[in-house]
Amino acid sequence: MDLFLQQTVNAFALGGTYALLALGLAVVFSIMGLINFAHGELMTISGYVLMYCGLAGLPFAISVALAISAAVVAAVLMERIAFRPVRNASGATMLVTSFAVAMILQVLFQNLISARSQAVLLPQFLSDSIRFGGLIIGINKIGAIVTTVVMLIFLDWFMKHQKAGIAMRASAEDFSVARLMGIRANTVIAGAFALSGLLAGVAAVLWVSQRASVDPLMGFTPVLKAFIAAILGGLGSLRGAVAGGFLLGAIEIYLAAFLPQELQEFRDPIGLCLVVIVLLFRPNGLIPSAALKAEKV
Amino acid sequence: MAPLLSVQSFHVHYGPVQAVRGIDFEIREGEIIALLGANGAGKSSTMNALVGLVPVASGKVVFDGRDITHNAPETLAPAGLTLSPEGRRVFGTLSVAENLMMGAYGIRDKTAIAAAWDRVYSLFPILHERRDQFAGTLSGGQQQMLAVARALMSGPRLLLLDEPSLGLAPKIVEQVFELILLLRDQGVTLAVVEQNVAMALEVADRGYLMAGGQFVVSGTTGELAHSDALHSAYLGAD
Repeated sequence: MDLFLQQTVNAFALGGTYALLALGLAVVFSIMGLINFAHGELMTISGYVLMYCGLAGLPFAISVALAISAAVVAAVLMERIAFRPVRNASGATMLVTSFAVAMILQVLFQNLISARSQAVLLPQFLSDSIRFGGLIIGINKIGAIVTTVVMLIFLDWFMKHQKAGIAMRASAEDFSVARLMGIRANTVIAGAFALSGLLAGVAAVLWVSQRASVDPLMGFTPVLKAFIAAILGGLGSLRGAVAGGFLLGAIEIYLAAFLPQELQEFRDPIGLCLVVIVLLFRPNGLIPSAALKAEKV
Repeated sequence: MAPLLSVQSFHVHYGPVQAVRGIDFEIREGEIIALLGANGAGKSSTMNALVGLVPVASGKVVFDGRDITHNAPETLAPAGLTLSPEGRRVFGTLSVAENLMMGAYGIRDKTAIAAAWDRVYSLFPILHERRDQFAGTLSGGQQQMLAVARALMSGPRLLLLDEPSLGLAPKIVEQVFELILLLRDQGVTLAVVEQNVAMALEVADRGYLMAGGQFVVSGTTGELAHSDALHSAYLGAD
């Protein structure tokens, strides 16, 4: 039982990170139909900023703030430089553009920083743990869960009670009509990228604080997982992205913990099979987006 | 007096398809204009191109003395021109009040926005009653009211209505046309695309009949009602 609870905490910590990343993908996708595979590189940028700040001996709180801001700025620049010129092109063109951006950034990291994994100096308290009855929970895990919850509450508040957030929801549902209302296409898309950068930055801090290292390809795997989570939840649906992230985190952690030793090798394929089974029954994902429903009517 | 909107040799293309081929027209302040014609005549293309949702291939559009031919859609609501699009297209996952709030998005003047809220809630008490409900859960007629109310939130001088009566019950259709007359009394100039020809001719001052992307006949609604072209356009006599 203790083992199960312990793994549940891990599942929430990992699932929360996936949820934040999947949300970042979903915010951009819902507005401009782009699956931004360069989202992972935003994470990597945050990771490197965290590393350099650690080397410079900055206090952790300031490092975190800088790392997250770097991802926001990078996301906005990415939109301005790479995606705005292809905004009205087909989905395939935008997708290939996002791969190109990802690869260019990876090569830059490899050549300008290092091809190898670099250590990130983290404050000591992150590797401490707290005992709850029979459970031993790492501070970094608790931090990840609390941060995820705070971010989800913030995002929900922003989307429901801020004019800019409501405009994003309107644009996600019907971009042309939103523009008719005077909602500027450039502003709302830049805003969506800034928000996705914020989510990627926060996810990067959580990711690095579990691993204490950063490498040029750091963002690739988590964003691939987040993409799976976004599909699982219903592409373009924000609630779906959160549900998909937590479900995928739970599948991975429980399989790692409870699959017999001889099957561990097949953990990822088994996890993906579970995803496929969910999609067989809910082809539009757990919580399909409203825009998708509208199209089918 | 200069017309509120003047459109000259206006062309709209979708790739090789010419949807609108060189139309000229004017709308004067305080008028109600009806744009008539069968499906595919180019009425909606005209409306959508006027507000910048589809590009204007060639021609010139002047609204209130300003050339707006190639303006982005988001610049027009603040300038006083807006469209309530075909099929209503309310934001179904937003509440009624959020839809209305979006309607005033481009407006900076706080007193104008406050006045717009009062105006739409007094025109449509039902929207006030349902303000926290998702727009997608409203009936078709209420969604149409919301679509018009949302457009009114920007305080337009010229309101384009694309098929406001489409798919509505006859009783509701009548309410829509009463609303059009009421809005004109409040000083809004209107251009209405309609399939419901009889109703459109009843409320409009002047009309244009479109076929194949061009105007076939234009004139006062009295003249149009008796024109052979109108009958053949709808009954497909040619």
